[in-house]
Amino acid sequence: MSTMTTPTPPESPPQRTASTLSLRARMQGMGGNVRQYGILGALVVIVLLFQVLTDGKLLLPNNVASLVQQNAYVMILAIGMVMVIVAGHIDLSVGSVVAFVGAIVGLSMKELGLPWLLAVLLGLAVGAAVGAWQGYWVAYVGIPAFIVTLAGMLIFRGLAIVLVGVTVSGFPQPFVDISNGSLPNALGYVANGDVVTLLLGAATIAVIVTSQLRSRAALRREGLVLEPRLSFTIKLVLITVGIGAFAWILSQSARGTPIVLVIVGVLILVYTFVMGHTVFGRHIYAIGGNRQAAILSGVDTRRTNFWIFLNMGLLTGMAAVVTTSRAGASVAAAGQNYELDAIAACFIGGAAVTGGIGEISGAIIGALVMGVLNMGLSIMSVDTEGQQAIKGFVLLLAVAFDLVNKRRAGAG
Amino acid sequence: MADEDAILEMRGITKTFPGVTALHDVTLEVARAEVHAICGENGAGKSTLVKILSGVYPHGSYEGEILFEGEPCEFRTIRDSEERGIVIIHQELALSPYLSIAENIFLGNERAKRGVVDWTATNAQAAKLLARVGLSERPDTPVLDLGVGKQQLVEIAKALSKRVRLLILDEPTAALNDEDSSHLLDLLRSLQEEGITSILISHKLNEIEAIADRTTVIRDGRTIETLHMHDEVEVTEERIIRAMVGRSLDARFPERTPRIGDEALRIEDWTVHHPVDVGRVVVDGASLHVRRGEVVGLAGLMGAGRTELAMSVFGRTYGSGISGRILKDGQEVRIVSVGDAIRHGIAYATEDRKKYGLNLLDTIRRNVSASALGKVSRWGVVDGRQEVRIAEQYRTSLGIKTTTVETLTGKLSGGNQQKVVLSKWIFADPDVLILDEPTRGIDVGAKYEIYTIINRLADEGKAVIVISSELPELLGICDRIYAFSAGRVTGEVAREDANQESLMHLMTMDKDGAAR
Repeated sequence: MSTMTTPTPPESPPQRTASTLSLRARMQGMGGNVRQYGILGALVVIVLLFQVLTDGKLLLPNNVASLVQQNAYVMILAIGMVMVIVAGHIDLSVGSVVAFVGAIVGLSMKELGLPWLLAVLLGLAVGAAVGAWQGYWVAYVGIPAFIVTLAGMLIFRGLAIVLVGVTVSGFPQPFVDISNGSLPNALGYVANGDVVTLLLGAATIAVIVTSQLRSRAALRREGLVLEPRLSFTIKLVLITVGIGAFAWILSQSARGTPIVLVIVGVLILVYTFVMGHTVFGRHIYAIGGNRQAAILSGVDTRRTNFWIFLNMGLLTGMAAVVTTSRAGASVAAAGQNYELDAIAACFIGGAAVTGGIGEISGAIIGALVMGVLNMGLSIMSVDTEGQQAIKGFVLLLAVAFDLVNKRRAGAG
Repeated sequence: MADEDAILEMRGITKTFPGVTALHDVTLEVARAEVHAICGENGAGKSTLVKILSGVYPHGSYEGEILFEGEPCEFRTIRDSEERGIVIIHQELALSPYLSIAENIFLGNERAKRGVVDWTATNAQAAKLLARVGLSERPDTPVLDLGVGKQQLVEIAKALSKRVRLLILDEPTAALNDEDSSHLLDLLRSLQEEGITSILISHKLNEIEAIADRTTVIRDGRTIETLHMHDEVEVTEERIIRAMVGRSLDARFPERTPRIGDEALRIEDWTVHHPVDVGRVVVDGASLHVRRGEVVGLAGLMGAGRTELAMSVFGRTYGSGISGRILKDGQEVRIVSVGDAIRHGIAYATEDRKKYGLNLLDTIRRNVSASALGKVSRWGVVDGRQEVRIAEQYRTSLGIKTTTVETLTGKLSGGNQQKVVLSKWIFADPDVLILDEPTRGIDVGAKYEIYTIINRLADEGKAVIVISSELPELLGICDRIYAFSAGRVTGEVAREDANQESLMHLMTMDKDGAAR
């Protein structure tokens, strides 16, 4: 299910119900979506730009596969972070927690001799416990998340250093494969392409297109306003072409679909659903949009905040597993600056600093923008310092662009 | 009083906002060294007039002229008016809580040489000013540690530091206890002897009667008259009230024949203290009840404690040290959170839609379902299609004017936002609906629609409580009205027996029932 480049959530939420009246009304109706199309456009431009600058090396199949593998951790963290940010908080501790959980996962395999799967589950549980700890202070004691997670950043980095004095390495192969391996080429090749990858791509397209069509049919039955046929068709065609092209490129890579892509894809699906279609998701937007109004509507803001942080911890645990697996080692310095990568991805993806606005798809696109920049600049042999400076500029420009857009919309 | 003795003349002031004329040809003349009161119902235009005088609404944004000490004035900012010695003390105090009294007094006007603050001069001069206003605190006390009454005095000291010639006080005693109030009024009198003119905007008619030399009454954005309080005949509160309300009820309210059922909600001996200033009683032993099919009004002036009562009942969202009993359908219930209140069928639609009522960043659909998501979800998953259907239904039936329920509520007009708030609470299907200022800031046409919705709810057997500062509105839509003054219920009147004068009496009554 390689939905990674999918601009739209897999199941069409009713917010696609735009009027046929005027462009302006439609833009209003679609709310945040317009903004995300903008971000998606920016991603496409950046990809094309680097495709040219690197003489076509950026989109070579093996590069695309490693782009996914290298950036899986940002995407996983950005999913949790965008929920935190939408609720009006921030989490500065995720980098340190990645190191801390990574240490526990590594030690539990090497020192305690736990099977790799149990070690992974332990990592997730520890991550969730760390999240619950921070959530308790934020939600029930009322300390601003900035402070709680700043403390967490120091605490868990410290604990990670205590735990892994010397790098722990030499993990079982299945564990290392989480981030470095691919789905087995079980079905052979067609025209040099891995059949498993092609089938996954086709299945993803089929699921999305069917659910879009069904949702449109349901809206028609209710007699509600529909998105114009033309733009609906164009959207479906773009989805099909986008995912199709991505699956095709990936199928040409040395080893087909990376395992982390499946993990990230499932997380995107699940959390897009959580944010768009569950009571929990609604409460997150309600708290971030207007906390007072949420309280006066009967939303239990403390419980919601607690679960937001617990969930962030869980996803941080997942990111720790992916990071440790990718490196093949637990090191005390792991996860350095990961919190900043995740936060930057959210803001590039259109999340509002003041809360209330932000989407999973936006955060993922933001993470991809950063990933493509990294990869493209690396291919062009720009050193890491230069990369960092350029990423800083991109973050600033993205948010400035967003603000100007918003201001113009507000004036109109 | 003769014209040449006037310190301030405002002539033919007209101010319009999109869709509304807030002030229409208003004239105000204030004599040198008098205490001049301005009276009027909420929304009569008093604050607008003061904002024009102080330059908040700059010259050019209104018609008419202002003469201060005989010279025409064209204030563009508050700074301009302060330079001439006109200082306003607002109802919400504008002091910085963590700074000291002295720092606050000289904020923006620091005693400094080449950018370096001279603390000796600051504190010494502050001490002198504090003595003038009769405040015995040390100048280095943080403002945080002062009660509201003393903060008010610090504001006046700050005004004196700017060589004030005309002091304007907007509802200065609304938040004060009796002792602080009388101290403040004494201070105005002693400033008057020093030659400082004061304009006092107040709802408390007994204070006006006690201290004002003249009173200008404003109603519906027009000057009604200026009363000389102490000429041959003493002007009574009676007389002021008649000037304040003297307007006929228009046929602006839809008809309804009440079908009143069993008691839905009873509140007994309800007392609430201020959340921060915990010693202050905001609601004082209030008792009231409302029956199914009944519309009950809560009348009162600003600060009478009606919103505080409603919010403290609605899951203790306001106040501290709350005591009293709530009976729902005759059974005593314990309500300590909004969730409890909603479960017991009580809803509260706030007076401040933007701040407390809506998530302006989100769509109509998602705002409508916000307080009853459980009704459109199963196992924590929201049924988006059912939600759209319900939101559409309210959009049509309440007449929310927009093309789709996917419109962000932040883009709607006030009247339409109010309809979304109403939809939200109607969807929660409560038995008791408390509507706080449901028609504030919306135009006449939309008001009529809101009244129709209220009537429909009552006809469906819901108990409706309406809090409103507009007496005609309460008289037009309520079956029964409670009057509040200073946190107490000062009267309960059936619609047939109520009129604006009698209500205004009850609303301006002080603790001992002195208004009569």
